[in-house]
Amino acid sequence: METLRTSKVQEAHPEDPSKIGCVHPMEDVLRMDRIPHIWCPGCGIGLAVTAFSAALERANIDLDKMSIVSGIGCTGRVAGYVKLDSFHTTHGRAIAFATGIKVANPKIKVVVFSGDGDLIAIGGNHFIHAARRNIDMLVICVNNFIYAMTGGQVAPTTPLAAYATTCPFGCVEPPFNIPYIADSSGAVYVARWTTLHIRRLSNSIIEALNKKGFSVIEVISPCAQYYSRINKLGDGLDMMKFYHDNSEIRHGEDTKNLDIGFQKKIIVGKFVDRERPTYTERYNEWLSELKGAKDESG
Amino acid sequence: MKTDPRAVKTGVYYIDGDVAAGLGALAAGCKFIGGYPITPSTEAAEAFARVAPSAGAMFIQMEDEIGSIASIIGAVWAGVKSMTITSGPGYSLMMENIGFGAMLETPFVLLNIQRAGPSTGVPTKTGQADMMQSRWGSHGDYELIAIAPDSPQEMFDYTIKAFNLAERYRCPVMIMSDECVGHMTEKVVIPRAEEIEIEPRRFYTGLPNEYLPFKPDADLIPKMAKAGDGYNLYITGLIHDERGYPVKNEEFKSAYVRRLVDKIRLNKDKIIEIKEDGTSDAEVIVVSYGISSRVAVRGIERAREKGIKVGNLRLVTVWPFPDEKICALAKTIKAFVVPEINYGQIVYEVDRCSHGKANVVLVPHGGSGVHNPDDIFDAIVYAAKQERKIEGVIEYKTKLEKMIFGGGNKLKE
Repeated sequence: METLRTSKVQEAHPEDPSKIGCVHPMEDVLRMDRIPHIWCPGCGIGLAVTAFSAALERANIDLDKMSIVSGIGCTGRVAGYVKLDSFHTTHGRAIAFATGIKVANPKIKVVVFSGDGDLIAIGGNHFIHAARRNIDMLVICVNNFIYAMTGGQVAPTTPLAAYATTCPFGCVEPPFNIPYIADSSGAVYVARWTTLHIRRLSNSIIEALNKKGFSVIEVISPCAQYYSRINKLGDGLDMMKFYHDNSEIRHGEDTKNLDIGFQKKIIVGKFVDRERPTYTERYNEWLSELKGAKDESG
Repeated sequence: MKTDPRAVKTGVYYIDGDVAAGLGALAAGCKFIGGYPITPSTEAAEAFARVAPSAGAMFIQMEDEIGSIASIIGAVWAGVKSMTITSGPGYSLMMENIGFGAMLETPFVLLNIQRAGPSTGVPTKTGQADMMQSRWGSHGDYELIAIAPDSPQEMFDYTIKAFNLAERYRCPVMIMSDECVGHMTEKVVIPRAEEIEIEPRRFYTGLPNEYLPFKPDADLIPKMAKAGDGYNLYITGLIHDERGYPVKNEEFKSAYVRRLVDKIRLNKDKIIEIKEDGTSDAEVIVVSYGISSRVAVRGIERAREKGIKVGNLRLVTVWPFPDEKICALAKTIKAFVVPEINYGQIVYEVDRCSHGKANVVLVPHGGSGVHNPDDIFDAIVYAAKQERKIEGVIEYKTKLEKMIFGGGNKLKE
């Protein structure tokens, strides 16, 4: 079996202008027979998928040995549009499911692509424990500050004072700072970008894919239908303009300082990049010690 | 196919049912258990964790029961046989993913060492009140297989059978044991590897671009593939077509769910195992399962000494339920007596299948202990005396209940 997929665009005579547009540049990594997708106009999830697809095209990884696992929600649908081994699991359980794949076959590269509600609310327990164990997987968490699939309810990431349908008088709960949770739970790679930073996001995904251990990339994304409509923030483009004017790249920033306030500055960049033995490495090391001890005792 | 010799700890042991199930899982080819500690099931997980590395298997203690069952479903799709182990509250937490597993046609085994509920109940004592939950606990229509061992030897043997059934029918299989069987210590004989037959996973072997992960064979069961083999699987809990792609229309929905239930229902005769003794000329038949079937034997013996013709029908497979068998027997006998450690679960299945042809007597038990065999004997005597048909399930008042309530609670006017 072919190990790396060749780009169909490269095959399709780049010098012939009539061919331009007839082949989608990401056809190799997307399930074109499932397009059009379900995401709303102005939504940022498509941009996150674009950045991911671009990363796959460039990452030099055997895509047949890669699994993508999603939970439930708008971002939970990502797995179904990407042409890998795709798993669309139960709400909150993507990381636990992915843990099973990874320990059963450590040769599989595992990516979890899901939303803030799925990964940090209902799936929060699995998130911190997979980070603690340092299971080798990349978690891409699209954070749109709201439960969008169900119609705009408050999320554990909704900024203080922002509106949602289940907090009609403004959110009174402080939100989670996702990079801080990831960092303090033991993740080896933590970054945050907005869907405006598409090339930086893509590069970050490549970097994290080549990193061993539990890596987390938070992607701040506009929800034009719910979050921005309920809070009167304009459409998707207005949100992107807001990101343009209000995000600041600060690599290496202490993750404690990454709280996001309502329509306040968003700090982006790569915050954590360190080495820790992964679960599989530790397990195998222990196994070989066990075997060694047995051999010695005869 | 014969099992891996490394996985079989051949010998004669004096061990409890939990440990026997752990060793049975390994012998069956289980390579991964994700579990979370809960009394009274922990010994099974501990036993497996100890022996797993010697056969290239592993145990991982997950952060909760939901993570445990999600991880084993992931592991199955990565190509290995997997199991999880739990009891009471943990079993309740696993319900959503049992339906998920059934929907994805994922072969896995769930060992439930039932304890006395509801809620935290009596964690260290026995119960049989999860029987209906095992059948109906997850939302939506689905079918699965549940078996109820009654001794440590059976915990070993039927754990292997559970794995074989799961692979054969691509569905979750519940081992509905209980605290008594789990903590009962008896002689267990583990045979040699060449005597253990295991069902290999039926993998698709054709071209990747022609593979349809949910296209059934003639027996209604599709071939499986695993992650990492270049099939670009798309596996979703949404209703899906043969490609695995989500669909919403009612024709697809009906066709898919119909197949999910039919692959079990139409294969019932091959799946169901029951043990019968003296049912052909009986006037009363005791229907029981799990630990209650061990206790029932004494009551049946005493009744036979008194000259009552009593048959013993033990449900080894509880789900799918042997409808036709019960229906046929109902026409030939006076009554069924059903002792179970709950206030009526399987007894209603027996009543449903009797179609009013025989009386159905429940011998209830609230849990935290097992029946007194005298109660089962008394219920048999009572059932044998009844000449007329009484509608509905008759609840026999046990000595314990008479002592506590004087025969039952009454609402005050």
